[in-house]
Amino acid sequence: MSDRRKALRYRSRILQSEDERRPETHPLTWRLHDDGRVVNLEDYRAQEGYEALEAVLKGDPKAVIAAMKEANVRGRGGAGFSAGLKWSLTLQGGDMPRGYLVCNADEMEPGTFKDRLVMEQQPHLLIEGMIIGAYANNSKMGYIFLRGEYVECAHVLNQALAEAREAGWLGTDIAGSGFDFDIVLHSGAGRYICGEETALISSLEGKRANPRAKPPFPGQSGAWGKPTVVNNVETLCNVPAVMLKGSDWYQQLSGDRTDDGGTKLYGVSGPVQRPGLWELPMGTTGQEILELAGGVRNGRKLKAWLPGGASTGFLIPEHLELPLDFDTVGKEGSRLGTGLLTVVTEDQSMVSVMRNLEQFFARESCGWCTPCRDGLPWVVKLLQALECGEGEEGDIEMLAKLAKDNGPGLTFCAHAPGAAMPLETALKHFRHEFEQGIRHPRRAAHADPIPVGEI
Amino acid sequence: MNPSNSMPPRTIATDGDGFSLHPDDLEAIRGELHHFEQPQAACVEALKIVQRREGWVPDGAIPAIADALGLGPATIEGVATFYSLIFRQPVGRHVILVCDSSSCFLTGFDELRQGLVDQLGVEFGQTTEDGRFTLLPVCCLGACDGGPALMIDQDTYGPVLPKDLNDLLEAYP
Ligand SMILES: Cc1cc2nc3c(=O)[nH]c(=O)nc-3n(C[C@H](O)[C@H](O)[C@H](O)COP(=O)(O)O)c2cc1C
Ligand code: SF4
Ligand code: FES
Repeated sequence: MSDRRKALRYRSRILQSEDERRPETHPLTWRLHDDGRVVNLEDYRAQEGYEALEAVLKGDPKAVIAAMKEANVRGRGGAGFSAGLKWSLTLQGGDMPRGYLVCNADEMEPGTFKDRLVMEQQPHLLIEGMIIGAYANNSKMGYIFLRGEYVECAHVLNQALAEAREAGWLGTDIAGSGFDFDIVLHSGAGRYICGEETALISSLEGKRANPRAKPPFPGQSGAWGKPTVVNNVETLCNVPAVMLKGSDWYQQLSGDRTDDGGTKLYGVSGPVQRPGLWELPMGTTGQEILELAGGVRNGRKLKAWLPGGASTGFLIPEHLELPLDFDTVGKEGSRLGTGLLTVVTEDQSMVSVMRNLEQFFARESCGWCTPCRDGLPWVVKLLQALECGEGEEGDIEMLAKLAKDNGPGLTFCAHAPGAAMPLETALKHFRHEFEQGIRHPRRAAHADPIPVGEI
Repeated sequence: MNPSNSMPPRTIATDGDGFSLHPDDLEAIRGELHHFEQPQAACVEALKIVQRREGWVPDGAIPAIADALGLGPATIEGVATFYSLIFRQPVGRHVILVCDSSSCFLTGFDELRQGLVDQLGVEFGQTTEDGRFTLLPVCCLGACDGGPALMIDQDTYGPVLPKDLNDLLEAYP
């Protein structure tokens, strides 16, 4: 491979050095090597690996759920639902058949690149978390639903699964406990909607990835009608340390920044000096994260930011002071989402950015519900018109209405509300930019992403 | 001749059209069945297995896979046409997937796309005349801190500037 080409290869990496990452403070990343090589079984085992599982297997599965509830590990896939609470609702016992534990590794939310890091470099942490989760939920089989483009992850995970099986952490009678469980890696074939948990189950079953109505929730009736637990990669990776070190320790990781405990893989992408990924206490502020990223590129000013992917609402510079936890961000008309920030600078057009986001949502709609299937392409058309100054009176009102029609509760799944939230918040904070697209009729189309309006 | 991405409407093939699954592929597909409660679950993987060998999923493969899984061809075709990484039209020897999502958009996707279009002489959804490259957009590649990003076959690159394209494409004859 030519050197030039090698230099262009994308490598997942964490921007904290080994010295900075400690077992007591960085439960998700302390074992990662600076050179990015995989933490293999031997490595992992020598650093507390599978010790949590060993301890858990000696006790009552209910104790795992209780500990997860007390630690209040909130779902890192974006919705922030308590994992312990979810697990306590999984049907089990009596004549209920054993079900499935599915790891959501579909990571396709624009602006999100965190799960990839853990899977490429520390696969055993995820595998251990899954086995503990399976023990708690009485799952007979686990699936890692991995997006098809993550070929390096697939390679590393398959190797790690073989290692774990060989060492007796997977299979029958795990570590002499009498508990049986194995994991299969399922690699997908594209489409963002597969990340929605019920669509993911449809996809796993080999169907078109259309979401399903809830209730019944997957914990009641999921894959092949069996109780199914779906959790995000990062959520499951929090489990071993919670079990080993306890919920009090987990809570204090975030200090008095927020009520939510633990750490979070936070990141920044877009036009910043040093885009990247860090493991930081839950409740770290946008300001702190942006500073780690070296601030905005080329001395420009920050205009707007998404706190956690394309389906979260736009925030503005004054929100940088807020602790980034689920409830605080929720109160500002946005969502923490995946916790990976996307930055928009002063010279970039909100109308163009919005057009790009809605093109994504329109294309990735599964087509089941009318407002989503037909409404989002309409949103794209209106935005395209505004973008080249060809908007008409009433367009902005129509955009607001279409956003409302795609709001929570009106469609089968949260894809449509995810498309509505950035639009509503962009209209709220930057309405003037959209109005420029009307006030300057018949302006020549301009190249992206130069702002609409007087230049 | 212009490269074209429009094709006449087609019906679902119900006979094999002379296509038969390679014995290794058939075995691989059968092996997949053990991982799931029901055979249909192996459908996506079966399509990927065929595509790995053929580059795409030819019409005749649909009834062949249906047979192997004990399902109807319409079920398989329905699945094949849903997923963006299953190709139901021939593609070039190498597939270039360019991330067109937000972070890459904010860091130079438009310039990168233009660079590719200029260099290859095709738009998204098209294959170069020599059958070397197919150019497609893709959702966020999870490489946003390296935006603008793209994938060629199994390899992810980023950040990629238009001036890098010569060096990059050279490696995919
Ligand atoms: C359109 C859409 C796409 C989603 N994509 C993902 C994804 O790629 N990864 C993920 O973990 N969760 C994704 N989710 C959230 C899942 O539905 C689900 O809430 C999550 O997997 C639950 O895991 P957690 O509680 O551990 O966060 C998506 C949701 C929607 C509506
Ligand atoms: S909201 Fe959109 S993506 Fe979700 S089920 Fe409806 S049409 Fe499909
Ligand atoms: S937005 Fe392009 S890789 Fe994430």
